[in-house]
Amino acid sequence: MRFVDEFRDAEKAHALAAKIAALAEPGRRYKIMEVCGGHTHTIYKHGLEDYLPETITLVHGPGCPVCVIPMGRVDDAMHLAAQPDVIMTSFGDMMRVPGSNGSFFDAKARGTDIRMVYSPLDSLKIARANPDRRVVFMAIGFETTAPSTAMTLLRAAAEGLGNFSVFCNHVTIIPAIKAILDSPDLRLDGFIGPGHVSTVIGCRPYEFIARDYGKPVVVAGFEPLDILQSIYMLMLQLAEGRSEVENQYARVVPWHGNLVALRAIGQTMELRPYFEWRGLGFISHSALRIRDRYAAFDAERLFEVPGVRVADPKACQCGEVLKGVLKPWECKVFGTACTPETPIGTCMVSPEGACAAYYNYGRMHRQRVAEAAAAAAAPPAAGNGGLPS
Amino acid sequence: MCLGIPGEVVEFLPEQPDLAKVDVSGVRRVINVGLLADAPPQPGDWVLIHVGFALSKIDEGEAAAALQFLEGIGQAYADELAALAESQIE
Amino acid sequence: MTGGSEAPGGWIAEALREHAEQDQPDQADLGRPGMTDREQQVLDRIDRARRRRPRVREDRITMSHGAGGKATHTLIEAIFLEAFRNPLLEPLEDAASLALGGSRLALTTDSYVVSPLFFPGGCIGDLAVNGTVNDLAVAGATPRFLSAGFILEEGFPVADLARIAAAIRDAAAAAGVAVVTGDTKVVERGKADGCYINTAGVGVIERDVTLGVARARPGDAILVSGPIGDHGVTIMLARGELDIEADVTSDTAPLAGLAAALLDAVPGVRAMRDATRGGVATILNEIARSAGVGVVVSEDDIPVRPAVRGAAELLGIDPMYVACEGRMVAVVEGGQADAALAALRAHPLGEQAAVIGQVTGESPGVVRLKTAFGGTRIVDLLVGDPLPRIC
Repeated sequence: MRFVDEFRDAEKAHALAAKIAALAEPGRRYKIMEVCGGHTHTIYKHGLEDYLPETITLVHGPGCPVCVIPMGRVDDAMHLAAQPDVIMTSFGDMMRVPGSNGSFFDAKARGTDIRMVYSPLDSLKIARANPDRRVVFMAIGFETTAPSTAMTLLRAAAEGLGNFSVFCNHVTIIPAIKAILDSPDLRLDGFIGPGHVSTVIGCRPYEFIARDYGKPVVVAGFEPLDILQSIYMLMLQLAEGRSEVENQYARVVPWHGNLVALRAIGQTMELRPYFEWRGLGFISHSALRIRDRYAAFDAERLFEVPGVRVADPKACQCGEVLKGVLKPWECKVFGTACTPETPIGTCMVSPEGACAAYYNYGRMHRQRVAEAAAAAAAPPAAGNGGLPS
Repeated sequence: MCLGIPGEVVEFLPEQPDLAKVDVSGVRRVINVGLLADAPPQPGDWVLIHVGFALSKIDEGEAAAALQFLEGIGQAYADELAALAESQIE
Repeated sequence: MTGGSEAPGGWIAEALREHAEQDQPDQADLGRPGMTDREQQVLDRIDRARRRRPRVREDRITMSHGAGGKATHTLIEAIFLEAFRNPLLEPLEDAASLALGGSRLALTTDSYVVSPLFFPGGCIGDLAVNGTVNDLAVAGATPRFLSAGFILEEGFPVADLARIAAAIRDAAAAAGVAVVTGDTKVVERGKADGCYINTAGVGVIERDVTLGVARARPGDAILVSGPIGDHGVTIMLARGELDIEADVTSDTAPLAGLAAALLDAVPGVRAMRDATRGGVATILNEIARSAGVGVVVSEDDIPVRPAVRGAAELLGIDPMYVACEGRMVAVVEGGQADAALAALRAHPLGEQAAVIGQVTGESPGVVRLKTAFGGTRIVDLLVGDPLPRIC
């Protein structure tokens, strides 16, 4: 597959790993946050942590838009789905997120009409095909996905589709990053910047991180070599005492973002004064809602949404995992009461969630590092140099 | 929220200027290219696809540059390994 | 809108209580280097949790229960095995091996509820024959007879039923079996999605061979008979909801000849399995769990057609969990891997067979995948349906 396979070459990975290791100062520990859930997924799926020296820790951030939805909003969505003649449409990622009374998946089993879609445009199709039903699209995602929802709203308006609406849960990444930076719990050395969010917002919004907080940022692609190269670029900045925003994913991310996309968002949506994020609490101007002009397509205005705030279960430590304070296995219920099959929190349910990624893919990785270390300690084979094989 | 896949634009749908057919490894899908309205892709261009929309055009020049950097690193590394191997022959 | 917060449903408190009661005091840490004691303790705790007696938590059946993954296994063990428990059922292989009147027989049954009924590469009729024939074949049996039970929906076109019957006739002839008994029921419009079929099959085990995934041993090789994921992806695309065109066809085929060729050539076959719902990943997990061994496979070595890979990437699903209908996974004694591969490849249905990995003594119960990239990750039993994910 073009533009994919070339960035999955193992030999080059070893080369990058060696360069990264060479840049790590002896005695210093590094904590790098990868904000984006897609990066978390790739890191675990390809076992990338095996390539890093033990002194570099990758910390998972809140860039998983499913993970940050508070339980109360899930309950609101379930309430919408349960309305008479509503067809709820949702991305696959949302289907298993637990609310107070189960997930979309459970509701489907009880007979609620909930359908999985791949694109918001599929939801429009369903609305056109079912004029006597009211179709609601559960919109989630960061700025990567908001433009698609925006375009769909514009199209619905152009067609005068009277039975289609959007339950808008889009969130924005910058306030979340700022909340992390301002959090006293965490001392980070740098950021692997979100890849696809940046195709929309560009790289400039991250400049405040380098300028005001002195932390380097490298916007990274999603293939294993992209991530390794980005870590290399971060380590280089740290070694050279720089803090800048760099774009490793230049083949896809334009420095100034996608103006058409930003215009579409601006036309159809506006920032909410505040929005609750699971684990991070209320953050101002961090989420989008539909503008008055498109109120006819706003599920929150067409339907009475309960809007009850539900506290995270006491046992759930998703918040700390989302902030990078805890590693998944440090959560008290990880793997026992909370598993991918029986998730308590969103970090376990979403395939991008740190907990799901670690449980599904990474559970053994430390062992492998241990095996590699043991192999390296043994008399080295000629030419191998004790590097991971 | 980040699953973006590169695909090659194969053709435009004549009745619908916003829609184009893309090819991903032999699999074809119709996607909306409205977000690239300022600089519409042409057949043969590669785009990043996300939830049925093209988010960005893939810059082949940048991709080549990225690969060149990786090749360079790979070669330097291979050279180093070779040097290391040679130096062990005492 | 009311303010204030509410404690979430009691299901969470219950889940916690259950695990608190069953949690044993932590064992001594095994002293693995490179991992903190605490992390190791957590992993041990998880291990114990995973080995607990299966219990179905849901009070209603969900689609997960039919996906062939964790929920299906839990359901089978907690409800059916519990109720029917007997030594012939317990191996939970694709077919049961029976001794009856001096002969060794294999008996199996499968129900076919595929939608759409007709798809590139075949139809429900082909699946109904091949699926059951294959379950017998991988038990080392020569398939002989099938039953065919039909549940038809009111309003289903008779012409379609005739097409399906013709397909069954042709598939049975190709597989060397005869349909000797059957049943027909009709249900009201709205049930049975057109046509559901159940087939049961009987075959004779003429060879002196005992097969079963529990027999896998460290050092054994694992082979697959051809590219994976063809059928599942074909069906997903054929449903037409995803607006994707691709040149993929179902791989439905009868494997009795292939299985026989393997058994003839290689005395050291431990097990064969028909890779259907849940995909190759499910079988690898069944090997690991049944035999209490580790499984390591290499991503590079697993054959996947480019179009299947492309469609899977586009949808964000993993081909390892996608159903096949004409592929088998074989576990053979390590030293005979080459002979096994040659035997498979000599047969038209096994041309693209490959050795994909091996059985190890480390990490029992766990399936690990060496990525093309060189890292390692775990391939667990599927949770839920392989729903296309967007990220």
